[in-house]
Parts: sequence; structure tokens; C-alpha cells
Amino acid sequence: MTAALSSTEGWLVVIASSAGCYALKYAGYAMPQRWFAHPGLRRLIELMPVALLAALIVVEALANGRHYDWNAARLAGLAVGAVAVWRKAPFIVVVVLAAATAAVLRLV
Amino acid sequence: MRDSLSVGVAVGSYGVAFGASSVTAGFSVLQTSLSSLLTFTGGTQFAIAGVIAGGGSALAAVGGGYLLGARNTLYALRLKPMLEVHGWRRALAAMVTIDESTAMALGQSRRPLSKLAFWWTACSVYVFWNLATVLGAVGAQSLGDPKRFGLDAAVPAAFLALVAPRLRSGAIPRKVAVLGALIALILIPLTPPGIPVLASCAALAILTDVRALRGLRGRR
Repeated sequence: MTAALSSTEGWLVVIASSAGCYALKYAGYAMPQRWFAHPGLRRLIELMPVALLAALIVVEALANGRHYDWNAARLAGLAVGAVAVWRKAPFIVVVVLAAATAAVLRLV
Repeated sequence: MRDSLSVGVAVGSYGVAFGASSVTAGFSVLQTSLSSLLTFTGGTQFAIAGVIAGGGSALAAVGGGYLLGARNTLYALRLKPMLEVHGWRRALAAMVTIDESTAMALGQSRRPLSKLAFWWTACSVYVFWNLATVLGAVGAQSLGDPKRFGLDAAVPAAFLALVAPRLRSGAIPRKVAVLGALIALILIPLTPPGIPVLASCAALAILTDVRALRGLRGRR
């Protein structure tokens, strides 16, 4: 988890993502329905978040740049969070449990 | 209307988490708040912060954001005949076409109720999401070292909570998740940061060819 983001880069990301995401929203109202009629395309757009989020979980949990980083406290926090997700705990409970577990393990 | 407000309050907790993770990733409080005001699509904003926090480039982050933002296009398509909006109202409706407002609109049995649900949910989520973002961003900034408070564990746990409902919805999303995770895991040491995440999405696009897709029954 090395964060090296320059201010310029940060602004570019904010501007590009807000403009693009608005265009994507507006396109659904402005474009003809048939452009998006393809069931494969719809399926792909619906499944995309699953692939993206799954990959993000792995990267956030295990990567530090191009290296694997097996941090015991972080992984324990994620594991506790995972149990909370499995038990269908509310979002905020999952996040707080994961953070607290990692924080407490780092104290001892 | 009461339902719309409670959805807004519930979204608030995600907003705090987003604000915190975005500042942790290296965005300023102002950038984080503007992202919520202008981009206004939670999952996408989370993903962008996630890619940057993982050391990914600005380009990779924006690319990942667009891939997630594309689902709003589908929402807009379904809402179009329901909302009957034109001109500036359409421009405004597009801004607030997101998971929550769409779900609430589609959940109503009659068209006037759908419109009402859409606009009330949109307003309520917009207000709470943005307030919560500022709260989370300022909070994370004043905390100092995010690792001391376990934020590095909270971020992947938050993503897991976000993806969980889709994983419960069927075997195909579960397979996609395992595949996406494996590809990212293998690529971590082989490619620059940010690429493993995008590669997982690209692999999904390549693997799910048209014929295979046609055989699958939709989730909804």
C-alpha cells in the first residue's frame, strides 16, 4: 500500500472520472435503445464489477507495488471482515471490525 | 419517501468509508469531496481509490472507474421510459442515475411512484453521500498513519462487503470472482501496479464470448 499520488495526477483522475462517468450515465438516456440490446454486452457490464472488485480485494490485501506483502495484521483484519460479511453483518460493522482487528494486532 | 431517506442514511456509512480510503490513497480532502459531488457513483469512486492505493497509475484508475461506471448506462436505459425526462431534467436525472435511485424506482408498481422514488432517493443519497464523504476524508486526514488504525485491512474488507450480494446471486458471479482474483494474484509480481486489476476485467471480456453468454440466463 504505497500511496504516491501527485496533486496534478489527483486532479486529472477526478476530472477524467467525473466527466467520463457522467457521459456513461447520460448515454443511457440519449443513445438509441438498440445500441445496447446485445445480451452479451449487458451480461458483461453486469459481471464487470465482480471481476474488478475481486481483483481489487487481492491487490489491496496482498500487494505492495510489484511485491507480495503478507502482512499478518492486515490479513487477520480481512479474515475477520470476511466472517462478518458471511454472517451478513451491516457494511459499517464489517469495516470497523476489520480495521479494529488489524489495529489491535499491531499494538500487541 | 421514508424508504428513500433511510437508503440515504445507509449510504452515509459507505460515504465515510470512501472518504477515508480516498484520502488514504493520496487524494486531498478537496479532491475527494469533488469526486463525490461530480462523479457521484459510489462503487466506481471506491474502485478508483483502490487502484491508486494499490500503487496503480492514474490511467489504470480511470480505466477501472469507467468499467464500473458502465453499469449506470444500463440503469439509464431502464429508467428512460419510466422517468420521461427531457432537457435539463434529463441532464439532472443522468447525474443521479446510480444503484440506489434505480433500485428504488424499479421497485415501485406504478409509474408515478417510480418517479417519486427515483427523485427522493436521488436527493437523499446525494446529500448523505457527500456529507459522509467530507466526514470520512477529514477524519482520515486527522488520524495520521492509516495503518495504525487498520485502514489497510478495512479497504479490502469493504470491497468484499460490496461484492458479497453479487456472489450470493449465483454460481457464475462466483466463478468470475475466483477467476478475477486468481489473475490479479498471478500478475502482481509480473506487471506494473494497476494492471492486475484491469487484466482481470479484460480476461472476463475475452472469455465470455457471445455464444457462451447467450446460453446463460440473466440474474434478474
